[in-house]
Amino acid sequence: MLEIFLLNYGIKPNFYESEYNKFYEDAVFGNDELNNFNPDIIYIHTTNRNILDYPTMYDDEKTINDILDSQYNRFKKVWDQLFLKFNATIIQNNFEYPFYRLLGNKDASDIHGKTNFITRLNQKFYEYANNIKNFYINDINYISSCYGLDKWANQFYWHMYKYAMEVPAIPYLSFNLANIIKSIYGKNKKAFVLDLDNTLWGGIVGDDGVENLAIGPEVPSGQVYSEFQNYLKEHKSLGIILNVNSKNEYENAIAGLNHPAGTLKADDFIIIKANWNPKNLNIKDISEELNLGADSFVFVDDNPAERKIVQNYVEGIATPEIDIPENYIKIIDRNGYFEVTNFSAEDLKKSELYKDNAKRSQMMATFDNYEDYLLSLKMKAEISSFKPIYLERISQLSNKSNQFNLTTKRYSLADIENVNNDDNYIKLYGKLEDIFGDNGVITVVIGNIKNIDELHIDLWIMSCRVLKRNMEFAMMDTLVKKAKEKNIKTIYGYYYPTLKNKMVCNFYDMQGFEEMSCDELGNKIYKLDISKEYLNKNNVIEVNE
Amino acid sequence: MNKEEIYERLNNVFRDVFDDESIVVTEATNSSDIEDWDSLEHINLIVAVEQEFGMKFNMNEVTTMKNVGDMVNIIISRINN
Repeated sequence: MLEIFLLNYGIKPNFYESEYNKFYEDAVFGNDELNNFNPDIIYIHTTNRNILDYPTMYDDEKTINDILDSQYNRFKKVWDQLFLKFNATIIQNNFEYPFYRLLGNKDASDIHGKTNFITRLNQKFYEYANNIKNFYINDINYISSCYGLDKWANQFYWHMYKYAMEVPAIPYLSFNLANIIKSIYGKNKKAFVLDLDNTLWGGIVGDDGVENLAIGPEVPSGQVYSEFQNYLKEHKSLGIILNVNSKNEYENAIAGLNHPAGTLKADDFIIIKANWNPKNLNIKDISEELNLGADSFVFVDDNPAERKIVQNYVEGIATPEIDIPENYIKIIDRNGYFEVTNFSAEDLKKSELYKDNAKRSQMMATFDNYEDYLLSLKMKAEISSFKPIYLERISQLSNKSNQFNLTTKRYSLADIENVNNDDNYIKLYGKLEDIFGDNGVITVVIGNIKNIDELHIDLWIMSCRVLKRNMEFAMMDTLVKKAKEKNIKTIYGYYYPTLKNKMVCNFYDMQGFEEMSCDELGNKIYKLDISKEYLNKNNVIEVNE
Repeated sequence: MNKEEIYERLNNVFRDVFDDESIVVTEATNSSDIEDWDSLEHINLIVAVEQEFGMKFNMNEVTTMKNVGDMVNIIISRINN
């Protein structure tokens, strides 16, 4: 079941499954088969049946605390040992509530209650998750409550088959888990593309007029749309960007968005397409203007016909089947489009970054000569070896970049930490700021030193929001300098084509490399001799190393 | 629903679960007659039968049924109530 959901996200898994209830033994004492398998992700599927000791009414507070610690430490030992053995990410279930309450309602508040005990144990799991990277909680406590605990905990399945939940609940568990995994691999959605009439407000602004739209606290239907607007706006803090795609006169759309009771304002959107074009064409334009693949969009429209067209014409886009306004939030939320695993400070500013880019395009229009335009941006870059504070962002970038990505090699946070600690790598990140704002860390190059004087470039990525700013030349200059310091004579570059990285297919030609080979799939190998003189290519960015 | 119809629908469920179009179940069919019918497939079979007939077996029924005939008797008693 998990495999189906993962395949749907474009992830092809290989599984190793522990023997039944042997997670503790495998983790703590080791297991050759597991060692050979060397997992990237370890999922520990436990339930409250795996809690071996609960408080009883005879226990005093100290005894109960001891029981809590010993149950927690048993799990902690599993995680610590697994992290020692494997360079892997761990996903751990929290605990669902017990299926009966010995103390009735007091089971929740009294330290003798199982409900209370499970809540405290979960809390300790969360503290571990907050302190340890590469460790995530699969929140079965929440999904079992959504599903209905009585059904979830159908004891028939436990006693008959030792299943932790009833069989029909397994898809919900698997989907929830697959969402965490796809997020770790950078396959979250990145943007909303929103219809207006009867999606963001009740009514049709062109027909009914702004004053008659349902939005705001006065009537129930207005409240529903207000809450939905708030829900969408909250996504901005996760770095999700908002766009409009509506069949409307532009003036009417803006008038609707300026409704005094609306929480979303025209300013909250990066791109507003309000016209009478087919919506799939608008989406194509939005995708190009944002430099984001349309498969990272969530298209929200109350009209099933529009959803159908978009679904048919735009590959990979999500079109949640929203039905009635009071269900909009629930339906979108349960799809797990924006599952948060690694959250970086960059995400908070994402909308601003896209806005700044819009301003840059306006300014570009005032220059005849592109180099003059670049100089006018007064760009400053920081290019240097990896630093601990950026590792999370670097890993995130390696998982998110699809277009400007020569090898499309993905690095988990653990992988990046390994590269950082290994002297056989030259690893550079680049930050870029200009008069309009700071773009943060936007490019990464990882080169592997082999045979003493060869540098093989494993990864070269750049965020598309700094395309055509000559940042790739500034990176090249620094890379060559660092390589020379390490007595490298030849740099090897690799290009592996994917559906999305065509824009860099001649990247190494442009950097002055010589093409050595190209196979029938278009995989290319390049080399550059740096033992002779190298002329710096960048003259528009001031670089601090 | 008569017995014949139940057998026909049940046959389809079996073919689906064990992915074998040659299966023909009779009253006497049991787990030794179908090669893939192990404990794990048994769970899938029970869930699939429950879905097909919109009913649930209880634990006692699942643990005591010996062959398809027993299963059909339980289904008949359940859908007639």
